Amino acid sequence: MQNLFAALLRQIIIAMENIRNFSIIAHIDHGKSTLADRLIQHTGMIEDRNFHDQLLDNMDIERERGITIKSQAVALPYRAKDGRDYILNLIDTPGHVDFTYEVSRSLASCEGVLLLIDASQGVQAQTIANLYLAMEHNLAVIPVINKIDLLTADVDRVLEQIDAELGLDPFSHIRCSAKQGIGIEEVLEAIVERIPPPKGDPSKPLSALIFDAQYDSFRGTVIHCRVFDGAVRPGDVIRFMSSGTTYRVEEVGRFALARLKKDALCAGEVGYLIAGVKTVADVRIGDTITHDDRPAGNALPGFKEIKPVVFSSIYPISSEDYGDLATALEKYKLNDASLVYTKDSSVALGLGFRCGFLGLLHLEIVQERLEREFDQAIILSVPSVRYRFTLKDGSVVHVDNPANYPDPATIEKAEEPFIRATMIMPEKYLGAVMKLCTEKRGVSSTMNYLGPGRVELTYEMPLAEVLFDFYDRFKTVTQGYGSFDYDLIDYREGRLVLLDILVNGEKVDALSQIVHRDNARQRGVHACEKLKDEIPRQQFKIAIQGAIGGEIISRSTISPFRKDVTAKCYGGDITRKRKLLEKQKKGKKRMKMVGTVSIPQSAFLAVLQSDND
Amino acid sequence: MDDNRISTAAGLYIHVPFCRSKCAYCDFYSVTDVGRIDGYLEALSLEMELYRGFAPVFDTVYMGGGTPSCLPADRLADVLARLRSAFPVSPGSEITVEVNPGDVDTACLERLREAGFNRVSVGVQSFDDAILTTLGRRHGGREGREAVDAARRAGFDNLSIDLIYGVPGQSPEGWRETMESALAVNPEHLSCYELTLERGTPLHRRVEAGQLTLADEDEAYGFFSATSEFLEGRGYIHYEVSNFARTGALISRHNHKYWDHTPYLGLGPSAHSFRGCRRWWNRRDLPRYISDLRAGRAPVDGQEELSQEQLRMEALYFGFRTKRGIHGPAFRERFGMDLLREEGAALRGLRDEGLIRLDGEVLTPTRRGLALADRLCLL
Ligand SMILES: Nc1nc2c(ncn2[C@@H]2O[C@H](COP(=O)(O)OP(=O)(O)OP(=O)(O)O)[C@@H](O)[C@H]2O)c(=O)[nH]1
Ligand code: SF4
Ligand SMILES: [Mg+2]
Repeated sequence: MQNLFAALLRQIIIAMENIRNFSIIAHIDHGKSTLADRLIQHTGMIEDRNFHDQLLDNMDIERERGITIKSQAVALPYRAKDGRDYILNLIDTPGHVDFTYEVSRSLASCEGVLLLIDASQGVQAQTIANLYLAMEHNLAVIPVINKIDLLTADVDRVLEQIDAELGLDPFSHIRCSAKQGIGIEEVLEAIVERIPPPKGDPSKPLSALIFDAQYDSFRGTVIHCRVFDGAVRPGDVIRFMSSGTTYRVEEVGRFALARLKKDALCAGEVGYLIAGVKTVADVRIGDTITHDDRPAGNALPGFKEIKPVVFSSIYPISSEDYGDLATALEKYKLNDASLVYTKDSSVALGLGFRCGFLGLLHLEIVQERLEREFDQAIILSVPSVRYRFTLKDGSVVHVDNPANYPDPATIEKAEEPFIRATMIMPEKYLGAVMKLCTEKRGVSSTMNYLGPGRVELTYEMPLAEVLFDFYDRFKTVTQGYGSFDYDLIDYREGRLVLLDILVNGEKVDALSQIVHRDNARQRGVHACEKLKDEIPRQQFKIAIQGAIGGEIISRSTISPFRKDVTAKCYGGDITRKRKLLEKQKKGKKRMKMVGTVSIPQSAFLAVLQSDND
Repeated sequence: MDDNRISTAAGLYIHVPFCRSKCAYCDFYSVTDVGRIDGYLEALSLEMELYRGFAPVFDTVYMGGGTPSCLPADRLADVLARLRSAFPVSPGSEITVEVNPGDVDTACLERLREAGFNRVSVGVQSFDDAILTTLGRRHGGREGREAVDAARRAGFDNLSIDLIYGVPGQSPEGWRETMESALAVNPEHLSCYELTLERGTPLHRRVEAGQLTLADEDEAYGFFSATSEFLEGRGYIHYEVSNFARTGALISRHNHKYWDHTPYLGLGPSAHSFRGCRRWWNRRDLPRYISDLRAGRAPVDGQEELSQEQLRMEALYFGFRTKRGIHGPAFRERFGMDLLREEGAALRGLRDEGLIRLDGEVLTPTRRGLALADRLCLL
């Protein structure tokens, strides 16, 4: 970074009027990270030759998938048209529903947001959901219409939507193309002019909100916080208000692109703090930091506790690796407090861990990171939601693992979690979507015309049905023009049964699912067919069966290999063949042996996927 | 090294990279430009010099290709003579030459026999003209018969015939007739290969385009087991996936070296060599092969150093492809792994399924096991 900016960023006291704290929020893929890139470049934080796309998405998996998973903060020095120097604290947020909690946390440290809307897609479900979040926090909202460079951009239509669907003043919008760098200056000026500077009193007792924490293998936990009142400096003794534990501050600073040390963090500022906190688990996100010797009167409001909604067990492919997996999970958790897990064991798959995830994307990401960053060969059992059973003796049990399904004779009442799904789509898809929702046991629908040809549809649906292949089919029936968001609402009674899967006569508990009685048969058939596709042929016949309470309801057979041999094996063939075998052997190592059958990882997730992908 | 091998002496392979035309299924390295024969032979002599000290003794020589019979018999005789002066080829060695129907007559084969070749392998492939056309061979069934008869007349008492099955348009009956025709000369050895589709060949393209269909897995297994049953019924030993011999002494000693990690030296473009735990291979490019050797460089294109683990995998793979199988104690000696014990459960499974047999301390594939040999080594 150039020296001028470094000096500015390091400056101890920046007048609060010269600070702006804001997040970029939007529906998934509307261009938040790309706009962040442009803002960073425009303010000269990074030389062009060091620049690459998605600068703030620093996990490999984020870049590969082109999505943001974790919010990321960065402080930008900016000399505005009024001639004054500002520090703009930008937070780029994820768009995917699974990570909504990241957005709410980010918003708690801001005074305003840039609400991005894709000029060709227009307002989508998460545009509205995220706008609501911003309004809950009383933030200034600047609507930014992005991707105006696209041939399919329709700015007028988006303006109507801003007015009619978001209830915002369409005259307040800015148009930009993050990709082509159009309108960036206007965005920066609007941030300075329209987002209020932070309020707060530097002379009051310290009160700072923890909104994130990250693990650094050299420094321990790096706490991300927003100071509301007071100031914090290295050497101060601080106290976490919820737990009362105290720590001595080692370092404070701002997020430049790397951490940038400062002498103090003062009221109104966003930055980090390192205080010898060993693990991320010792920090509660949403907690308030104050001074031990001069504590604040009240803690800040904090956040709602995030609860996992999807559960699945992780097993090592080979049971000797259980210890390694335990260590890997512990390390993984240092940087992703949203993953929860406990020990678990399966009859078919041995020792493992029962894990709770924020959604299926979160599950996939945990799986992929454990494999890539921690080199674990793992299997995940079929994902499940958490059910509630009232037993005849009056006790209530929560079951998120089909293996713990209560004895049916003891069940008085079975309940499953329900969500309210909000969907926005062009009117012509309405029929198809309603049909899909009904099939997914959706009830109590409401419909609302947002504007000509656009409808917002809500349904109350069992969460399990949404997990089971809803999203892909929704995308298909709306040809990609529909968007979807959901909130958990309550538990409702349902007629549930346990669907078991037997492979060559052996029950594989990790493939069991809790399903609704009405579609149990269909799900059993589906699972058998999917497994038939996923489990590779072996030299013997493999029988797959679906069973409910001992009664076989579906079956499929995988025919055995009869011939698998290379005709020629002389000089030149050998190396080629061995390489192929090595690859196959590696593939086989990534499969779990259940009895004599090798089951690949993909099989466990596939039973939840639809046929048409 | 274990020693349950047939022989520990090295093998010598010479790749003759010329064919009169390319067959529709073939991906061996060869060119049709016979104008390069002189350059090739000159380079081959230079290559021999580079490997003079390769092994203390050789007991097999195999001249393959390509089509060795593209070269006049005198020149092949000359190559063999030069090999013998460059390498210690022991008396009693198995010395094979591959010939194609249409290329050779009795006189030519007699000349080869005089020169010291004592085994001839005739690339008949089929006696059925229609099948030969599909394969894009230059010759018909009649030339095939003439070639094997000529080999007998020339006095070869170790005759091998190459045949291919699973050719589009081939019926099980047609295949049986081809085998019957081959047996008419009572050959000492037969190689019966299932047709393999190789990328980039005309046949591959025709199958991709849907103009031809290949046998499916069940049909392929039908051909495989019918071949095995038929030839075993006629007294042949099915000693390797695609190879049959009239007696144990008549198995291809040269080929067995590929399957038990005995050293072999391959000369000529695209030839592979192996010694110790290193394998290397020559360029598949005749002009480069020649220019490298003229410049005093080995024409090597690549090499690999095999780890113990890789050697072990290969040994399992080879073992399950051959009737000699895997000798438990020798395997343990070499790789420190007691197959009969450690992999017990997996092996027991294979035995229960009738894919392998345990004869004393030797694990051997059954006929059904041979048909699945590529999987068995993955245990
Ligand atoms: N044509 C065009 N494409 C853009 C523009 N801005 C972003 N994109 C593209 O839109 C896609 C998504 O951009 P991102 O910046 O990753 O979107 P995001 O909102 O951060 O996505 P999530 O973090 O997954 O919610 C990428 O392919 C970008 O290149 C733009 O102004 N014009
Ligand atoms: S099959 Fe034999 S003759 Fe035909 S092209 Fe290949 S090497 Fe030449
Ligand atoms: Mg992003």
